[in-house]
Amino acid sequence: MRSLSRASALEARPANEPVRRLHLPQKLRNLELFLLLIACFINASSVVLVQLGALGELDPTLVLLGTGLSVLVISLHVVLRFVARDADPFILPIATVLNGVGIAMIYRIDIADAQSGWASAAVRQTVWSALAIFSAIVVLLVIRNHRVLFRYTYIAGLVGVVLLFLPLVPGLGQEISGARVWIRVGSFGTFQPGEIAKIALAVFFAGYLVRNRDSLSMVGRKFLGARFPRFRDLGPILVVWALSMSVIIFQRDLGTALLYFGLFLVMLYLATGRLSWVIMGMGLFLGGAVVASQTLNYVNGRFTNWLDALNPAVYDADGGSFQLVQGLFGLAKGGLLGTGWGQGRPELTPVPQSDYIIASLGEELGLAGIFAILALYLLFVARGFRIGFAGQDDFGKLLAVGLAFVVALQCFIVIGGVTRVIPLTGLTTPFLAAGGSSLVANWIIAALLLRLSDTVRNQPRLVV
Amino acid sequence: MNRELKRVSIVVMLMFGALLTSTSIVQAFQADNLSADPRNTRTLYDSYQVERGAILVAGDPIAQSMPVDDDFKFLRTYTNPELYAPITGYIPINGEPTGLEFALNAELTGTSNSQFFDKISALVTGQEPKGAAVEVTIDTVAQQAAWDALGEYTGSVVVTEPATGRILAMVSKPSFNPNLLTVHNNAEVTTSYEALLADENAPLINRAINSLNPPGSIFKLVVTTAALESGSYTPESTFPNVAVYTAPGTTSKIENSSGGTCGAGDTVTLATALRLSCNVPFAELGVELGDTAIRETAEKFGFNGTYSIPMTVTESNYPRGLDDPQTAQSAFGQYDVRTTPLQMAMVSAAIANGGIVMAPNLVQEILAPNLSAIETFEPTELGRVMSEETAATLTAMMINGVQDGAASNARIDGVDVAGKTGTAQNGSTDPFTLWFTGFAPANDPQYAITVLIENGGGMGQTGFGNLLAAPVAQKVLEAVLNK
Repeated sequence: MRSLSRASALEARPANEPVRRLHLPQKLRNLELFLLLIACFINASSVVLVQLGALGELDPTLVLLGTGLSVLVISLHVVLRFVARDADPFILPIATVLNGVGIAMIYRIDIADAQSGWASAAVRQTVWSALAIFSAIVVLLVIRNHRVLFRYTYIAGLVGVVLLFLPLVPGLGQEISGARVWIRVGSFGTFQPGEIAKIALAVFFAGYLVRNRDSLSMVGRKFLGARFPRFRDLGPILVVWALSMSVIIFQRDLGTALLYFGLFLVMLYLATGRLSWVIMGMGLFLGGAVVASQTLNYVNGRFTNWLDALNPAVYDADGGSFQLVQGLFGLAKGGLLGTGWGQGRPELTPVPQSDYIIASLGEELGLAGIFAILALYLLFVARGFRIGFAGQDDFGKLLAVGLAFVVALQCFIVIGGVTRVIPLTGLTTPFLAAGGSSLVANWIIAALLLRLSDTVRNQPRLVV
Repeated sequence: MNRELKRVSIVVMLMFGALLTSTSIVQAFQADNLSADPRNTRTLYDSYQVERGAILVAGDPIAQSMPVDDDFKFLRTYTNPELYAPITGYIPINGEPTGLEFALNAELTGTSNSQFFDKISALVTGQEPKGAAVEVTIDTVAQQAAWDALGEYTGSVVVTEPATGRILAMVSKPSFNPNLLTVHNNAEVTTSYEALLADENAPLINRAINSLNPPGSIFKLVVTTAALESGSYTPESTFPNVAVYTAPGTTSKIENSSGGTCGAGDTVTLATALRLSCNVPFAELGVELGDTAIRETAEKFGFNGTYSIPMTVTESNYPRGLDDPQTAQSAFGQYDVRTTPLQMAMVSAAIANGGIVMAPNLVQEILAPNLSAIETFEPTELGRVMSEETAATLTAMMINGVQDGAASNARIDGVDVAGKTGTAQNGSTDPFTLWFTGFAPANDPQYAITVLIENGGGMGQTGFGNLLAAPVAQKVLEAVLNK
């Protein structure tokens, strides 16, 4: 009914709805629709180009699936018109184009490996995308105000920790290439609960820090120009540190540990404004990582592969730098402009559709393509930070920045690993990489950012 | 909180800056190095994606790419593989190519600069990209005759055209079958390769251009050139005719291969010394000329330098800074003088060509897929090494050597053959290296030939150049002259 008349809607405003600012109706949504159509066009042409490049003919199956996906994102857009009409107009198109380009590349690798039907990772990825976008719609419909989440701070924390350690439950957990971060879900495949855990933990960190920031930032003694906290206030950081270390030791997953700890540190810094926390935290993590690299073989191997990748001995070693170097060969082959969709050989690199999807894209789309993808990520993250700058409640600010930062950090860890900025650790590239849990988690992050951005714009502006 | 947020934003910008930098480094700055890495199978597969051009002899392929149904799309196949192995080389899936496959890889794969516009036009017209074909200068009759004449010997025969430097025959024995090394199976290739590598007769070596041996008496042609060009000597110049010569500053003795003097008389002329291939007079001549004069002449012929035919030819050596005893030894092609058969073929060809050394060359034309010539090789002069008179004098001396001297087994009825044999020592007990180099017809040289027989031709230290190498040359020359 609301769309009938803005004026009447304003007059007949129910008591529980926030005061709305007068503005041009749906201008943001129209921009979003325009960008969304461009995104859908890019996605469709990517799939068509893959077919022309790798198959030499058009195959309607995936085009149909792709159309289904376009219908879903446009439904999400329509939902936004009703429940979050002032949401940020860039987030949805960016997520859509990244997701679509990812599917095109996964499809391209399926063609190289001659996979089709349910064995095709692209088909599964498309189904997962549908599920993920549907989850985003549900999140937008259910969570009408992000402050609801504040109430569930500790429950979110508990859920996060449980999800994180679910793969360690005997009979449920699944070990893939050394890391134990998956659980088996019937015949549907594997699920990485840690991906969802990062959202729960971001909610928990935001809620907890907003509640306890005073004791964490005010008290303490000055030392070397920075104010260090009292010993009894060290509890939370030590707990999160222990959590990360146990992920390294028991789940053998360096990347996830780094992601959670980095997220916590940044949110802690934002909440308290104390650089000493960051210094302490980095010291703790680096200390832990150094000890781990000395005592845990897999961590040590990661460091060797990183520093001495092209050494033939390291290259040929079991668990050596073969994959890393193959990825570099792929990127080199791509050069500035890439080979074009379907024209490269990304399938020569192990797992080219998940951890190494960025190398696969670099091979076929070139440095130009990678720059475009990085720019999209940066824009996505920037929109999240924008909410943080504009927001007026600390919980919302912290949550938005935390969620955006987790995407940025994840990109950095995985792309940095592939291009030898840091040691390679297994993580999915947000929205792009094959992996259902990652898609669901990132689309929920997108939904939460959309919700937060809508709330921010709808807050009554106080003139000060 | 916004102050902290700003700082975190900067950190995020730095993180993405690092990613932009690292991807640029890998994809732009390191790309060439990474592509050249031998472990980079992408580069390898790429080279198989276009139909590699054929290598042609008189229009018939001796190497061509046959379509097959696997990852590599084309199987490189060699016709008459052992005969042409030293020319084609081979291109394995798991290693470096050799021979022309290596030297002309860019042309054969269609990636050379001169094919740039063809590539563009293929892009526009939608044609399948294809490499260029290479027509070699080999003469099938000469190549086959050389192969047959060399028989079971370990060695090489090189035939060139004196006026142009075109290589008409290049045989190396024992040879190998390149088809064994191009199969699309890593393990099979490796097994075949290891077996060939372990073979003590080194079949993978192209002896014509990559095997260095002491030239022995055929090097006397270089010394004679130096002597005649110096102006101080004529064929009638005389040397003391002694059975044993001791160079100044040493006690080691030099003898003629006959063990006696060089013919009758107290003195011997240069012409006789060359005709009978005596060591003592040349040792005396060498010391008189000095090592610098000999080296400078040798270098004009091409010694101490490398050239490409377009395969790279191993550098033949005449060492620097020799003392008298060393110069005396070097004057009849011993001590540290080392040469390839092709280098000696250039010596003969230069004499035949009136004193001008032509650049040896194996490639006639590079042909685009539509058979138009992309590149045609013109004869190139490397320089004049002697006057026409000297060349004529030397030719006459070499004719005498065949008609009435140490190279008598190269004689052909009705044709004057100019030639010189060599029997070089490799240490005190090792088998000799046997040589013949020369050209025919002497009055109008069409073919210059050099025969190398390693390992004593199976006769240890009892074989000699005229016994084993000269007949090989004679058979080949007969075959090409009767064509």
